[in-house]
Amino acid sequence: MKQEFTLSIYSENHVGLLNQVTTVFTRRHINIESLTTSESAIPGIHKFTIVVFTSREQVNKLLLQIEKRIDVIKAYVFTADEIVHQEVALYKVKTESLLNGNEIERLVRQYGARILEVTKEYTVIEKTGHKRETQELFEKLDHFGVQQFVRSGRIAVTKLKEELLSNYLKKLEKEKSLLD
Amino acid sequence: METQTQTKTKEAEEMKKKRMSGSEAVMQSLLHEKVELLFGYPGGAIMPVYDALYHYQDKLNHILTRHEQGAVHAAQGYARVTGKVGVCFVTSGPGATNAVTGIADAMVDSTPLVVISGQVGSALLGTDAFQETDVVGITQPITKWNYQVKRAEEIPEAIAKAFYIARSGRPGPVLIDITKDAQFAQFDFEYKPVDKVRSYKPKSLVKKEQVAEAVRLINLAKKPLALVGQGVVLGGAEQELMDFLSKTGMPAAWTLLGLSAMPSDFEQNVGMLGMHGNYGPNVKTNEADLIVAIGMRFDDRVTGNVQKYATNAKVVHLEIDPAEINKIIYADVPVLGDVKDSLPMLTEMASKNSHEAWLGEFKACDKIEDQKIIQPELHPAKEGLTMGEVVRRVTEQYDDNAIVVTDVGQHQMMASRYFKFKQSRSVVTSGGLGTMGFGLPAALGAKLGQPDRPVCLFVGDGGFQMTIQELGTIFQTQADVKVILLNNNFLGMVRQWQELFFDKRYASTELVNPDFQTITKGYGIACEKVTERDNLDEAVEKMIKHKGAYLLEVVVEKEGNVFPMVPTGASVSDIRLE
Repeated sequence: MKQEFTLSIYSENHVGLLNQVTTVFTRRHINIESLTTSESAIPGIHKFTIVVFTSREQVNKLLLQIEKRIDVIKAYVFTADEIVHQEVALYKVKTESLLNGNEIERLVRQYGARILEVTKEYTVIEKTGHKRETQELFEKLDHFGVQQFVRSGRIAVTKLKEELLSNYLKKLEKEKSLLD
Repeated sequence: METQTQTKTKEAEEMKKKRMSGSEAVMQSLLHEKVELLFGYPGGAIMPVYDALYHYQDKLNHILTRHEQGAVHAAQGYARVTGKVGVCFVTSGPGATNAVTGIADAMVDSTPLVVISGQVGSALLGTDAFQETDVVGITQPITKWNYQVKRAEEIPEAIAKAFYIARSGRPGPVLIDITKDAQFAQFDFEYKPVDKVRSYKPKSLVKKEQVAEAVRLINLAKKPLALVGQGVVLGGAEQELMDFLSKTGMPAAWTLLGLSAMPSDFEQNVGMLGMHGNYGPNVKTNEADLIVAIGMRFDDRVTGNVQKYATNAKVVHLEIDPAEINKIIYADVPVLGDVKDSLPMLTEMASKNSHEAWLGEFKACDKIEDQKIIQPELHPAKEGLTMGEVVRRVTEQYDDNAIVVTDVGQHQMMASRYFKFKQSRSVVTSGGLGTMGFGLPAALGAKLGQPDRPVCLFVGDGGFQMTIQELGTIFQTQADVKVILLNNNFLGMVRQWQELFFDKRYASTELVNPDFQTITKGYGIACEKVTERDNLDEAVEKMIKHKGAYLLEVVVEKEGNVFPMVPTGASVSDIRLE
C-alpha cells in the first residue's frame, strides 16, 4: 500500500550532494513530492527533508541506498504522525481585489494567514501550515484571482524525546573503537 | 637534551612537510599507499601528473595501455588477483568518458580502484572548455565515492580518503578529478593516511543474536544449501568458509564471482548457480529448506524468477552491505557484517552434521547433467570442436595455480563450467556488468599482478575485437599472457538467444572476421590456429610451454549452445537441459 513518508537525511555539506541523493530516487522512478535542504542543529551537518509517496518496503530500500552514499551520515523515515511538520505558501493577489469587499480579509483572518507586503498593484499573503491547508486557502483566494502561488517543501522535526542523529554519532564512535 | 629532542622532532615534521607541486603530491601520495604499478593514458589535462611521473619511474611502474577502457580493465584484473587497489590515470573529457565502462564494471563487481582523472583548469570549469566533461557528475552513480580537487592542498587528503574508501567495507571504485591548476600549484605536502570517515561505516559488528538465530535454523535444517559469493574472496574468508562447510556438512554452490573461493573438487562443492550454472544447485534451490547466502547479492542471473525462487526455504543472509539485505530476496535472518567475522561465529555454535542423503541428491543431478550435457560437450559426436572441450583440455594441462580470465559470452560460461580451480583468486571475469572487451586488458593486469602464476584468457571473436588494441600493450610489456581465442565467427550468446527465443532470426550476429593470426603476428606475438581436434592437445601444450605471450586461436562449432539454461523469467527449477 502506498502512503506518504517524510525522509530526514543527514549528510556532509559537500558540493553535489543533492544530486547524489536525488539520483537514488530517479533511478527507481520515484517522484519526489517535496524537498528542502538546510543546515541541521549540528555544525557542518546538512539536512534534507524529502516527502515521497510510496510503499513501506520501497521506502526502506530507498533509505539503505541513500545511506550507502559515502557522504550521507544517516537517513530516517517517518510517517506524518511521528513528526511535527510545516510548509509555507505565498500568494500574490491584486490589491484591487482586496479593496472590493472584505472577503479576502476574512479569509486571511480565518486561515491565520498574514499580509507581508501591500503596494498599489499587488498584495502578498503568507500562510504556514500543512499542504492541505495552504492548498485550501489557494482555492478560496483563487476566486478573486491569484497571480502567483508558491509553496515550499516540507520541513519537519521528530516528536521523539531522544535525538536520533546525536545518539547515532555517539554509537558510531563506540562501534568504531570496538572494530579497531 | 630536551631542547635537542624538540628540535629534532620539529625537523622531522619539517621534513614531512616538503614543498612540492600538486602533481608530485599525487606521486608521493601513491607511494604512501604502497602503489607500485598503475595503468593509464596521458592527455592535455593530466600532463603535469605525467611530468611528475617521469621522475618517479623507478618507483612507480606505469603501464601505457592503448585505450583508457583498457587501463581500467587492466587495473581491475590487477586488483582482482592481488586484493590490492588498482590505480589508473586518465585525462579529462574523452579520457575520462572512455574509463566509464570500466568504472561501472568495477562498481557492480565490487572491485577496489582509484581512478585519477585530469580536469581543465578551475577557472574554465563550466565553460565547455576543450576536453571538459562533468566527470564527477557522470561517474557519481557508478563510483563508491568521487571528488573534484581544485586546490593542491586537498590532494593528499583526497587520495588518502580514496584508497581507504576503495578498499574498506564492500570495495569499489573511487574517482578523484584534479584540475590542471591544482596539479601545477606548489604547497607544503604532508600525508596522513585515512582510517575513518565520519559519514561512512564500512562494516558492522556482527550481532550475536543474529548469529544465534542463524545457527538455530542451520541446526534444524534437513536440506540446507550454502550459496558462496565473492564476499568470501573479498573478505579473505576462504578458510573460514571451509571450516563452516566442513562442520555443517551442507552442500555449497558458488556464484560466477564466487568461483575459486573453494576448490572445484571439494566434496561439498555442488557447482555453479545461475542461468548457465549446474543442474543440481539450480533445481535443488527450490527443494532446499534453508538457504545460507554467504557474501552474495541474489543477482537476477542467479535467481531467475524471484517469485518462484527458493520457495521452500528460509533464508539466512551473511552480507557486509546493509543495502543488499532484503533487496531482492527477503532474509528471514540477516547476519550483517564481514563474512570473515561472522562465519567463525556460526561455525563455533553450529552442530557437527553431515547431509549425505541430501548431497546424494545433488550427485544424482550431476549424473543427469553429465549424461545429457557434459559428455556430449566434452566428447562431441560432431566433427567441430566445442568450447567446453577446449576449456577442459586447457585446464587439464595447466598446473593448479593458473588464473583464468574471461571475456563475456558463451566462452565465459564454458570457462566457468569446465575449468577446475584449486586456489582462491583464480578467476577474473566481468559478472554484473557483462562487459565485452573486458578480457584482454584484464588478463594483462592479472599477469602483472601475479607474475608467478600462469594467466590464461578465454575470449570470443566478438569481445576480442572490442579491445584488440591491447595486444599492443601486451607486446610492449612482454607480459606472459596466454590468449585462447574461441572463434565461431558469431556473437555466440546473442545468436543462442536468437535461436531459442527469436526463431533463429540471426540479426547482426554473424561476424566477418579478419585473419587474427596476421594481426597477432603484426603485434609481434606468437600464435597458432587450430581447426582439428587431433591437433588441439599438442597446440595447448605448445602454448603453455612457450615463454611469453601467445595466442591460440581455436575454430569452434559455429552454432554451439551453452546448456543448461534458465530462460529469462523462468524459475531456477525449470532449468532447461536442451
